[in-house]
Amino acid sequence: MAQHVLLIEDEPNIAEAIRFLLTRDGLRVSHAAEGAAALVLLRQDPPDLVILDHMLPGMSGLEVLTAVRADPESRNLPVMMLTARGRDREMAEAAGADRFMTKPFSNAEIIAEVRTMLGQPRQAP
Amino acid sequence: MPLSALTGTKLRDRRLAAGLRQADVAARAGISASYLNLIEHNRRKVTPEVMERLADALQIDRAALVEGREAALVEDLRAAAARNAAQAQPQAAAEVERVEDLVDRFPGWAALLVALDVRGRALERAVEALNDRMTHDPHLSQSLHELLSSLSAVRATAAILAETPDLEPDWAARFHRNLHQDSERLAAGAEALVGFLDAGQGIKEQGIAAPQEEVEDWLRGRSWVIRDVELAAGLEEEIEHLASTAARSLARAHVARARADAAALPEAAFLAALAETGPDPLALAGRLGLSPLVVMRRLAGMPGTSAGLVTCDGSGTLTFRKPATGFPLPRFGAACPLWPLYGALGRPLQPVEARVQMAGQSDRRHRAVAWAETRHPLGPRGPELREAAMLILPDDGAGPVLTIGSSCRICARGDCPARREPSILAAEGVG
Repeated sequence: MAQHVLLIEDEPNIAEAIRFLLTRDGLRVSHAAEGAAALVLLRQDPPDLVILDHMLPGMSGLEVLTAVRADPESRNLPVMMLTARGRDREMAEAAGADRFMTKPFSNAEIIAEVRTMLGQPRQAP
Repeated sequence: MPLSALTGTKLRDRRLAAGLRQADVAARAGISASYLNLIEHNRRKVTPEVMERLADALQIDRAALVEGREAALVEDLRAAAARNAAQAQPQAAAEVERVEDLVDRFPGWAALLVALDVRGRALERAVEALNDRMTHDPHLSQSLHELLSSLSAVRATAAILAETPDLEPDWAARFHRNLHQDSERLAAGAEALVGFLDAGQGIKEQGIAAPQEEVEDWLRGRSWVIRDVELAAGLEEEIEHLASTAARSLARAHVARARADAAALPEAAFLAALAETGPDPLALAGRLGLSPLVVMRRLAGMPGTSAGLVTCDGSGTLTFRKPATGFPLPRFGAACPLWPLYGALGRPLQPVEARVQMAGQSDRRHRAVAWAETRHPLGPRGPELREAAMLILPDDGAGPVLTIGSSCRICARGDCPARREPSILAAEGVG
């Protein structure tokens, strides 16, 4: 069965691009545009990996991450954060993010990082 | 009170300039020629009495030996050394104890050092202000986020279009449309950012000089005097020339207050009362039925006066600084806690007066008269504001003297119970 990635990103065009890339890479992708909806999805359909944008409307990325880590079900779930600024990274690290991607990221980077986090062997380009 | 090392050298210069022999001057001053020789070579310190006699023997004003522009320069250099002491390499530490030497021999270089220190601090402030702006400005951070978001979308979408060989037409059309949208957003975002960075707020606005210093420089340029006729005519034209908005606003507040003072106590009436009562702010206030604060401000703003004035708010922050000769004021940071100003601040409506002498500033004495008042601009349930003022008058009287300083780092008083931090100057005993 395909591994499941939950993408939490409010920019529709970024979400669409990432979703396209990961789907073509053989993953199942679900998408939420804001934090509260994402947390509901997380419980209904637990993913193998979360890609979380730092700047979200309403609940911030950090708040979503804290909620994910507070739930015993998702305490060890791998989380990749999309950040813009260096300083946000320290705070995200402290809140329990596993990996970071700095915007603007390259598609190859994000695919390689997702594969690594899901424990898949790196494919030849 | 010992005089500075500068004094001996100056005495010698003055004597030689007058073409007088050491023995003759010593005889006139009633001291031995060998003692005068030691004094002239800065090997003996001089008591005020001997100094007085030597000055008479040379027919010069004693104050001319140690005061004036040079004293201010010495003080500024000490302050600069104190500020930079932390950063300086041990081998590059300033020879603070020989600062008079430097001022005496190289006044131009000394002034340049002070100017560089002032400039350095101004630049530090500008960097801090710009840094604050980069870090905390919500508009800037929002613009950057917008740019990075659209750029991320453009990059990811463009890469998909370029690198996916078998992209279905539907997807391709969709990504082309997204690409178009995001490039529009990117352009708008970049435009907004450039507009924001270009907007009128240049470096000047970011506080190259502290606003209070700017206003004080302006007033110093006017010899601290604003005549009643000038107040009536308005000073907006001069104020417009101040660099920062904050300084212009402070200057306008100062002028508004001076105008109110002038309305309460017009120049002519004030000068008449002053001629009868003398420069005693409390007596004048009693006689005129006005607040001593008004009278103090009027006294310090009279043409030709040597009176200095400092005011502070309830936090002790100096809000106005007009120096008096031989009474240097700290350019920034906190002042000496022994100042009568702070005594008055703690006891509003009670006068505090002291005969004071600045540690390390020859033996010049001042009469410091301080007074504080409270205000409740939002009514009695609102916050209580305090304002204290201290008038600094020259003083020749005898009696007990309180040794005070400018601020701890550059104060020479050795046994000070109020000291906050060590001084960079050698301590001297208190007479």
